[in-house]
Amino acid sequence: MLDLMLSTLVGLLTVDRMMFMMIGVTVGIFIGVLPGLGGIAGLSLMLPFVYGMEPIAAVAMLIGLLAVVPTADTFSSVLMGISGGSSAQATVVDGFPMAKRGEAARALSAAFFASMIGGLFGALVLTGTVIVARPLILSFGSAELFMLTLFGLSTVAALSGGNLAKGIAAASLGLVFGMVGAAPATGEYRLDFDMLYLSDGLQLTIVGLAIFALPEMFDLLRGGGSIAQGQRLGRGWLQGLRDTFAARWLVLRCSVIGAVVGIVPGIGNSVVPWLSYTHAVQTTKDKSQFGKGEPRGVIGPESANNATLGGDLMPTLMFGIPGSGSMALFLAGMVLLGLQPGPAMADRHLDVTYTIIWSLAIANVIGTALCIVLAPQIARLTFVRYVLVAPFMMLIITFAAFQATRSFSDLLALLVLGVLGMFLRRFGWSRAAFLIGFVLSTDTERYLYQAVQFQGAAFLSRPLVLVLIALTLFSLWVGIRQNKRNAISTEGDIEQSRAKVLWPQVAFTAVVVGFFAFAIIDGQKNSFLAMLFPVIVGCVGAVTAAMVLFAQSRGPAFAGTANFDTEARAQDKGPWIFAAWFAGLIALTALIGFYAALLLFFVVFLRVIARSDWRQILVLTACAGGATLGLAWALNLVFPGGLLQAYFDLPWPLR
Amino acid sequence: MIRIGRRALLGAAAVGVATSARAQAPVSFAGRTIEFVIPFAEAGGSDVWARFFAPALSKHLPGNPNVIVRNIPGGGSITGANEWAQRARPDGSSFFGPSASTHLPYLLGDRRVRYDYTKWTPLIVSPTGGVVYVSSRTGITRGDQIAQLRGRELVFPSQGATGLDIVPILALHLLGLNTRYVYGMRGRGEARIAVERGDANADHQTTPAWLTQMVPMVRAGAAVPLFSYGVPDAQGNIQRDPSFPEIPTFEEAFRLMHGRAPDGPGYAAYRACSVAAFAGQKPAVLLKDTPAPIIAAFRKAFADAVADPDVIARRGDILGDYPQAVGPAADALYATATTISPEARDWVRNFLTTQHNVRF
Repeated sequence: MLDLMLSTLVGLLTVDRMMFMMIGVTVGIFIGVLPGLGGIAGLSLMLPFVYGMEPIAAVAMLIGLLAVVPTADTFSSVLMGISGGSSAQATVVDGFPMAKRGEAARALSAAFFASMIGGLFGALVLTGTVIVARPLILSFGSAELFMLTLFGLSTVAALSGGNLAKGIAAASLGLVFGMVGAAPATGEYRLDFDMLYLSDGLQLTIVGLAIFALPEMFDLLRGGGSIAQGQRLGRGWLQGLRDTFAARWLVLRCSVIGAVVGIVPGIGNSVVPWLSYTHAVQTTKDKSQFGKGEPRGVIGPESANNATLGGDLMPTLMFGIPGSGSMALFLAGMVLLGLQPGPAMADRHLDVTYTIIWSLAIANVIGTALCIVLAPQIARLTFVRYVLVAPFMMLIITFAAFQATRSFSDLLALLVLGVLGMFLRRFGWSRAAFLIGFVLSTDTERYLYQAVQFQGAAFLSRPLVLVLIALTLFSLWVGIRQNKRNAISTEGDIEQSRAKVLWPQVAFTAVVVGFFAFAIIDGQKNSFLAMLFPVIVGCVGAVTAAMVLFAQSRGPAFAGTANFDTEARAQDKGPWIFAAWFAGLIALTALIGFYAALLLFFVVFLRVIARSDWRQILVLTACAGGATLGLAWALNLVFPGGLLQAYFDLPWPLR
Repeated sequence: MIRIGRRALLGAAAVGVATSARAQAPVSFAGRTIEFVIPFAEAGGSDVWARFFAPALSKHLPGNPNVIVRNIPGGGSITGANEWAQRARPDGSSFFGPSASTHLPYLLGDRRVRYDYTKWTPLIVSPTGGVVYVSSRTGITRGDQIAQLRGRELVFPSQGATGLDIVPILALHLLGLNTRYVYGMRGRGEARIAVERGDANADHQTTPAWLTQMVPMVRAGAAVPLFSYGVPDAQGNIQRDPSFPEIPTFEEAFRLMHGRAPDGPGYAAYRACSVAAFAGQKPAVLLKDTPAPIIAAFRKAFADAVADPDVIARRGDILGDYPQAVGPAADALYATATTISPEARDWVRNFLTTQHNVRF
């Protein structure tokens, strides 16, 4: 076996194969830096070239690309607060506040090194488990998967921001939003309002962008300055490295979380960063800095998401079951190359598997090195006046959002959820808890139903299930205890947000209670199996939200931790004016199509809000227009059209 | 929208007149980009299939146009099909690759469907096949012992009663086998694992997965094939699948079970759904009102592509061992795969509503 490992390494280290891997790595970094594109876009860019390539070189190229995307997408999470792929959503929570503090360099280097170690660990796990992968994967049935989702949900307790009821209500809200679309047990459409778009459910990319990126962007625009408030860019590279070294056991533990959840097919990998984030929270003594720029909050998720890839490859290679969208594409690439995944990958085609492992390891090291070289230049962005950055952010966010299904509805969904995100942020409803609920919603329901169908109540007595129950209870206990003692808030400072006028909070909470009531009523339209979950979640949500409402309605003195309003001491008109600009961009798209709207929006926004001179306007608009065009051309994209396109047949890119 | 349609129609008519006047001026797509529209996201069967054909079509279409794959995902392929039906122009600038998940809602009369197969014309139909099998835990070791399964409960992990799984659901119902369906599977791979793990004991797999994943399990004695869906021959009679000629067809299994050939609206419904889902799974189509020379050029390009030694050498699991239906064969297979008699449709809708909680 060692022979084979070494011979595949030597086989990989030829000039042309390494060159193809470098192509993959370069494209991966480029794609990773642009939020919302991620591995799926990168692989679909590469697939046409794979056709007819030498298999080893092609595999090296594809793995090279996949390996660096979760490293490179850290840039946008840390520097701009935009979580591109789902792999970087948890990084935003602490990475972005660090950048705002002027510690972008520190956050990035900590993240990159953590990523690299995680990636290498993933490769190691893959090596060690190739032979035993099949029995390992087979030991996770629906019952175990259900307990894993419950374990994921239990982490909400630690992220509730000091008010457990509010945290549970936020997670329930996420669960309800995750229920949109076909019910797993019966295929009935729930909460779809008879719209074809909603029958697929809401897209995670869009929810992530709307809940995290948009509210931050509007808030930054209000400040008027740049992202980084300090002036200390150069500092922190070594500090970040030291942070990672100091947190070496955390890195290792989170890598294990990433690799294990990756190996288990059926649990979405988007939950991995959150599991490791909560793990980082739970195992840190001084929790006061979480949500405000704690390096451990960056290191945990970053080491996990690179390790996930190694684990994720396991079910893809051994069973032909892709655990994620990018794995599905990788699988397609393998089929195009004539490589069939299956038991043979641990046997006859073991050389291919080892090539994949080596590529993974080498690409991780190269990718980290490249990111570190690039970082100082990219990090400067945080010192540019934000009004000049904002239109680019809006461009990137809308562009990323319509990658989801490439329809105008993606943009509408983004806008509506963005408004929800603004309120969640303002009133301190944990957005992390919301997202965990959203991500786990259908899986929780699906696996509970399947476990009961397959095994009846006996599913609770399986040994692995009992272990997971113990883990879940432990995680709950830690979370609740810590909530009482020193609460962490991922949404901002509690002291700064104690309001005297409570009616805006009361109104929002009332709307939330009403929404849960609606979910319960709407749920009852379904057959029994599809009704159970919405009604239970709706009741939990309604009760917890009503508790919050009760506390808030009794006035500031009584409300305590339920009282939270970041606008409590605001002097200006709030973020709504900028939200309106963003809505304007989308309305304009509906009228004249995305590309024309984009150009027009840039000119008007830069003139009116940024007060740029015409030369600057011209240069920035040309940059945006040119880059978008280049990318769309390379990816064969059509932009969402508007009313104008419905009546006139315009040439691309206006089409 | 209306305006474009009308203009395009006028244009097409003008082209038609011009071509007949010039007596078959050669069609050329030189310098053009032609879109192969696929109503699914990247990856997945249809996308791989389209990406496999795109370069070959580029080579064989007159003028060697650039053929690109455009994915319009959503609504289990209904979104993309609706959109293409609404927006496509009859000039050959785009053609469409629907699949079983597009055919079945149309056949079942899903109210979200806004497309009509009779307005399209097939260029090629790529068949695939499938096998229904049980785990050896059921106690049988050979497919011809199927009668021993009577009265036992089969547990079948399913992705949903209105998708591809409608075919085994109807087949097992007609055979009179008592089957409990556990829904919510996210792919055939998950279902296969559920059987391997012992949670379930019956399942079906399509040809590529059968050959690579299941054949080893059959050899190991863990899985027992019951029947395949077969392929219709030129006369429309179901023959054994060329990929696994040793496995009997559903019709043979039915005769073994009941001692007679299957008939009635239930069988008609099964036939329609099974051909739509497997033998006629992947057609490529143009709008029917596209000028005849353009349609002819596309049909010839597909015929040349499937005869291209390079394509044949690379076909692997993407096309498998199935003869690719082009020309008149494509018309016949396409017609069978996209039509269902009103009685059979009523029967299957009623069946799904009463037995599987489906609401139409």
